[in-house]
Amino acid sequence: MVETILDVRDLRTSFYTDEGEVKAVDGVSFSVPKGKTIGIVGESGSGKSITSLSILRLLASNGKVVGGEVRFKGDNLLAYSEKKMRSLRGNKISMIFQEPMTSLNPVFTVGQQISETLIEHQGMSKKAAMAKSVDLLKLVGIPSPDKRVKQYPYELSGGMRQRVMIAIALACNPEILIADEPTTALDVTIQAQILGLIRDLQQRMGMSVVLITHDLGVVAETCDYVAVMYAGQVVEYSDVRTLFRKPKHPYTVGLLKSLPRPDEDQEKLIPIHGTVPSPLHMPVGCRFNPRCPAATDLCREKLPDLFDDGEGNQVRCWIYNEQWPGEKEVDVFGEERTARC
Amino acid sequence: MEKKELLVVDGLKQYFPIKGGFLGRTVNHVKAVDDISFTIHEGETVSIVGESGCGKSTTGRAILRLEEPTEGKVVFNGEDLTKLPKGEMRKHRKDLQIIFQDPYASINPRQTVSDVLNEAMEIQKVVPKKERRDRIIELLETVGLNAAQADRYPHEFSGGQRQRIGIARALSVNPKLIICDEAVSALDVSIQAQVLNLLDELQDEYNLTYLFISHDLGVVRHISDRVIVMYVGKIVEIGDKHSIFDNPKHPYTKALLSAIPVPDPDRERNHIVLRGDVPSPIDPPSGCRFHTRCPFAQEKCRVDVPELVRHDGMQEGHEAACHFVEEIERGEVKPKELQVTTF
Repeated sequence: MVETILDVRDLRTSFYTDEGEVKAVDGVSFSVPKGKTIGIVGESGSGKSITSLSILRLLASNGKVVGGEVRFKGDNLLAYSEKKMRSLRGNKISMIFQEPMTSLNPVFTVGQQISETLIEHQGMSKKAAMAKSVDLLKLVGIPSPDKRVKQYPYELSGGMRQRVMIAIALACNPEILIADEPTTALDVTIQAQILGLIRDLQQRMGMSVVLITHDLGVVAETCDYVAVMYAGQVVEYSDVRTLFRKPKHPYTVGLLKSLPRPDEDQEKLIPIHGTVPSPLHMPVGCRFNPRCPAATDLCREKLPDLFDDGEGNQVRCWIYNEQWPGEKEVDVFGEERTARC
Repeated sequence: MEKKELLVVDGLKQYFPIKGGFLGRTVNHVKAVDDISFTIHEGETVSIVGESGCGKSTTGRAILRLEEPTEGKVVFNGEDLTKLPKGEMRKHRKDLQIIFQDPYASINPRQTVSDVLNEAMEIQKVVPKKERRDRIIELLETVGLNAAQADRYPHEFSGGQRQRIGIARALSVNPKLIICDEAVSALDVSIQAQVLNLLDELQDEYNLTYLFISHDLGVVRHISDRVIVMYVGKIVEIGDKHSIFDNPKHPYTKALLSAIPVPDPDRERNHIVLRGDVPSPIDPPSGCRFHTRCPFAQEKCRVDVPELVRHDGMQEGHEAACHFVEEIERGEVKPKELQVTTF
C-alpha cells in the first residue's frame, strides 16, 4: 500500500457574493499517494481550481473554506495558523499556474524571484541563493542559465517563463507540486517539453503531483489517478486506465464521447446536451441529472454519495447502488443519441 | 467530377512594419505570412494548423482584407479580391464570413441578438425589411437557440450559446465561405462537440465551405477534408486529412503530431521533443525555417528554401516542403539528436 501524502475529505468552499452564497466546492474528497500524479479534470466552473486554492488556503477575501479536512501527512492544514501556512507554501507544497506572465513579477529579475523563495524558506544568503538559482534554471533546462538569471520575465518566451515558474516551485524540494493548467497557454510542442520536464523532475525528486487540467489527453498520458469534477463535486475517482477503459459516471462517459480525437476517425461526436448549471441554482438531486440521458426520479430527488466499488474506485451515481430502479446495464450516450442538442 | 475552385490564394504575403528609431521609420517587418498559395474547393473544409505566430490567423484576416495583404492574389469565385476598391470589397464580404474565437468580444454588448442579426442583413441588403424578423427567428432556430431569446443581450448567454449567435450572424447573409478562426477553442469539450456538430450540419444544409483555423489537432482531424500545416509564415505540408495524420512527411508535422497528448492511457507514448522555441517571424531563419529545430537538418537546409513537392509514396495533392523527404524515409538522412520523451 502506497503511503497517502495528502488526503482531502469532504472539502467545502463557498464564495459570498451579492447574489448569495456560491458553493464552488461542495464535498470534494480524494487522496494523493506519495510519488504519484493525480489529475483533477473538469470543465470551466467545475471547481477544480478552487479546490487547489483551498488546499493552500489562497482564496480571495470573499471565499471561505466552510467544511472538511485537508490532511497533509496527517496534519489538518485548515487548522494551521496563517504563519505556519506561509512556511509551508512554496516549501513543502508548491504551486504553478496557467499564465506564467501574470504569476511572475515583471519588475524583478528571474534570479531575484527564485532567490526570494530560498532566502525565505531556507535562510540562504543572497549570494548563495543566486548561485542556487542558476543551478535550478539549469535543472529545468534553460540554456545559458548564468545569463538568464539576470533577465526579466518579458525577455523570456512563454515556455521559458513556465520553466522559471517550475524552478521557483521546486526550489525547496517540495513534497507536493500542485500544477493548475500548467501547459494550457502553451503550444503543443512546448507543452510536450514542459510535461516531460515535470515527469522527469518528479521521478528524480520523488514528489507527488496534483495536476489540474481540462485536457483529457494530458490526463491519460501523465496521471496515475484521476478525479473527475462536475459542478463542485467529484463524480468519479479511479486509476487512469479504468477511467478511460471503463468510465462509470455518465458525465465521464459523455465527456469521452464528445472529445474529438487526434489519433482516430470518428463519424460523429456525441455531445452532452445542455450546459453546466449555475452554482447559484444547483439542481436538486444528482447535479448531472438535467443533462443525463439515464436520469430517473431517484436521480432528480436524492444526491448520490461517492460509492466505492471495492477496488478503490469511486463513483457518484445511483446506477452503481442497489437502490437504482432501472436496468443494471445502462448504455448512456448510445450511438442513437446523435440528434442536435 | 472536378470540384469547383472557390478560393485560390496565390503568393500571399502579409508583412507588418515595425516602426522604430528617432524618426519613427520602418526599421523592419514582421513577416507574418510569407508567400503562401493554396486552393479551397466548394463544399470542403480546409484547416490551417500551426503554433502561435505561424501566421494562420493572419492568413484568414488577409483573405477577408481585414488587413490589406502586402502582396499576392486572393481569387474568390474567379475575382481577385485584392484588386477591388474598398466599397466593392464590402459587398463581397457577404460571401465570405468569419467567426472568431471569443464571441463576447466580437458581438456588441449593447445590441440584442435580434439587433446584431438585423444589422448584418441591413448592411448586405439580403432580406427585405418586412421579412427580417421571421428570418431572425429562423436563423436562431437553425443554430439551436429559440425565438424567445431574440431580444436578449449577449451577456445573458453562455459561451457556447454566444458562439451560436456568432454562427447565426455569419449565416444571416447567406455566405459561401466561412472562416472559423479558433471558433471552438474557448469552449469546454461537451459544448465544443455541440458546436462542431452544428457546423457539420450547416455545411450539408447550405453547401458551405469552411476555412478552419485551429491549433487543436483533435478538432482539425474531426472536421477537415484537407489540412495545411504552417510554420513561421510558410506552408510546410499540405494534403488530405489522412495523408497528414497517418502519413506525415515533413519533420515538423511529425513532431507536431507526436507532441499531442492522446486520450488513451495504453497507447505507446513517444513524443519527439523539439529543441527551443519557435523563431521570430521578424528575422526568420534562412533556408528552411524549421532547420534551427529540425533533428534532420543538413547544410542545404540552412541555405536553400524548400518548395512544396509531392514525393514518391505521397497521395495526389499531398505535398511537403522539405529537401530530404525521401532520404529521411529511406533512412539515409538520420536524425542528429532525436530526443524522445514519454511525459
